[in-house]
Amino acid sequence: MLQEVAKTDTGDLVINVGPQHPSTHGVLHLVITLNGETIKKVEPHLGYIHRSIEKMCESLSYRQFIYSTSRMDYLSAHINNHGCALAVEKGLQIEVPQRAQVIRVLMDELTRLASHQLWWGALAMDVGAITPFFHAFRERELINDIMEETCGARLTMNYMVPGGVMFDLHPDFQKKVKDFLTLFKSKLPEYDELVTGNIIFQNRMKNVGYISKEDAISYGCSGPTARASGVSCDIRKKYPYDIYAQLQFSEAIETAGDCWGRYLVRMEEMRQSISIIEQLIDNIPEGDFVAKTKAVLKLPKGEFFTRVETARGELGIYIVSEGGLTPYRIKFRSPGFSNLSALDHMAKGQKIGDLVAIMGTLDLVIPDIDR
Amino acid sequence: MTREELQAAITNLEPQVTFEEAGEFLNAVVPSELCRDLMQALHNMPDLSMDYMFCLTCVDWKTHLTMVYHLESTAHGHQVVIKSQLNRENPEIETLSDIWRTAELLEREVFDLFGVRFIHHPDLRRLLLTDEWEGWPMRKDYEDPINMIKL
Repeated sequence: MLQEVAKTDTGDLVINVGPQHPSTHGVLHLVITLNGETIKKVEPHLGYIHRSIEKMCESLSYRQFIYSTSRMDYLSAHINNHGCALAVEKGLQIEVPQRAQVIRVLMDELTRLASHQLWWGALAMDVGAITPFFHAFRERELINDIMEETCGARLTMNYMVPGGVMFDLHPDFQKKVKDFLTLFKSKLPEYDELVTGNIIFQNRMKNVGYISKEDAISYGCSGPTARASGVSCDIRKKYPYDIYAQLQFSEAIETAGDCWGRYLVRMEEMRQSISIIEQLIDNIPEGDFVAKTKAVLKLPKGEFFTRVETARGELGIYIVSEGGLTPYRIKFRSPGFSNLSALDHMAKGQKIGDLVAIMGTLDLVIPDIDR
Repeated sequence: MTREELQAAITNLEPQVTFEEAGEFLNAVVPSELCRDLMQALHNMPDLSMDYMFCLTCVDWKTHLTMVYHLESTAHGHQVVIKSQLNRENPEIETLSDIWRTAELLEREVFDLFGVRFIHHPDLRRLLLTDEWEGWPMRKDYEDPINMIKL
């Protein structure tokens, strides 16, 4: 699959970026056609981390398959699990206790914060600033500690199960989260001071990697990538699940459509996530953390589609059931896959140095794309 | 548009479409040779304007393959699922990659895993697997003693 560096008849240079390249954040391989420093074409080659999770799920039961989804978008593990749990609950019409719903949303938003922190640090590092990476990881570590206490894992959580969550919250959870919020709210202005207001950073972001609203929809972009182009596509607002309908938060939308727009959307999303956590952390209802379900789950014959908003965009879970113990067919509509398909469009005509900034603002997670 | 209105609009566009009762979305089944024309109309008609394809996939039913397209209109907020049955021995359908740009990579994925050939696709190659891979792994009768662990 790797191509030799070659010159085409028109004098264009064809080069490989990846699969081992620090700025692709994983094993993504791009074959780029360059005219001088200007990008003429970007062609993604996928599959270096393809595990065929969809095929695996066909032989796993409805309780088991959820665990494999933590390995897809590992930075949104909770939200992937949440989506799968919702799909099974939809099929079996399980009523989820209020406490479990609140815990799930809290975990989702903490995950979103952690994911955006990692994105922020990695983006700054991609465009040449090393320090923000350490700032971001310093705060992200606190979220991972909170997760570890309650879920027992730091990355592949496997915490959400059909009917609720696997364990109750750790007794220290509320205190730790509040401490974290107090700290993080004091750090967020520091983030802005360090990176957002930095004129060099702004010059790297503004008017780079533009995509219009129509193109963003046509390419199937979702999440912050589409919202930066003015598409209102937040699943938490459009098709609210669990208790999102009762919460006060606004959908972050920009109209610039460039890297700077995508940057601002994610920064605003962090603030909204903080606000959601603050609304919930003192109001966790008492009660069961998981509904009583049968030991063996069997979805009725039919098709079920659930959509959740991960940190990268819309995750769709399409289950075709034949009434058996395992799904007949599962399709994960991963946000990264569609966002990546727009990369060629965004990068065309830009300089090669900007490609790293564009990929950084797309926030690609390769296992999510390859599945 | 409500489900009934959508159903009426689609029947109006293509009388040969049949509908499935079950499911949360409106499921329309269209013969594969008429699929592209219907899709083009769904995308272009101002009161339908299905401009967002949020899922494209294929299901192997052992006797035939079924293409499944999930469409949504960002302007009107309604959704529809279009299905099209394909012959398993020689699955072919017109590409939609010029109507929805996202379909280009998604169709390549379906070609890679199910072996569906998309006619007039600009660049139909394997996407996730290597070029020399044999067989279509997501089909139900696929056997691979080395890479597949049976549970």
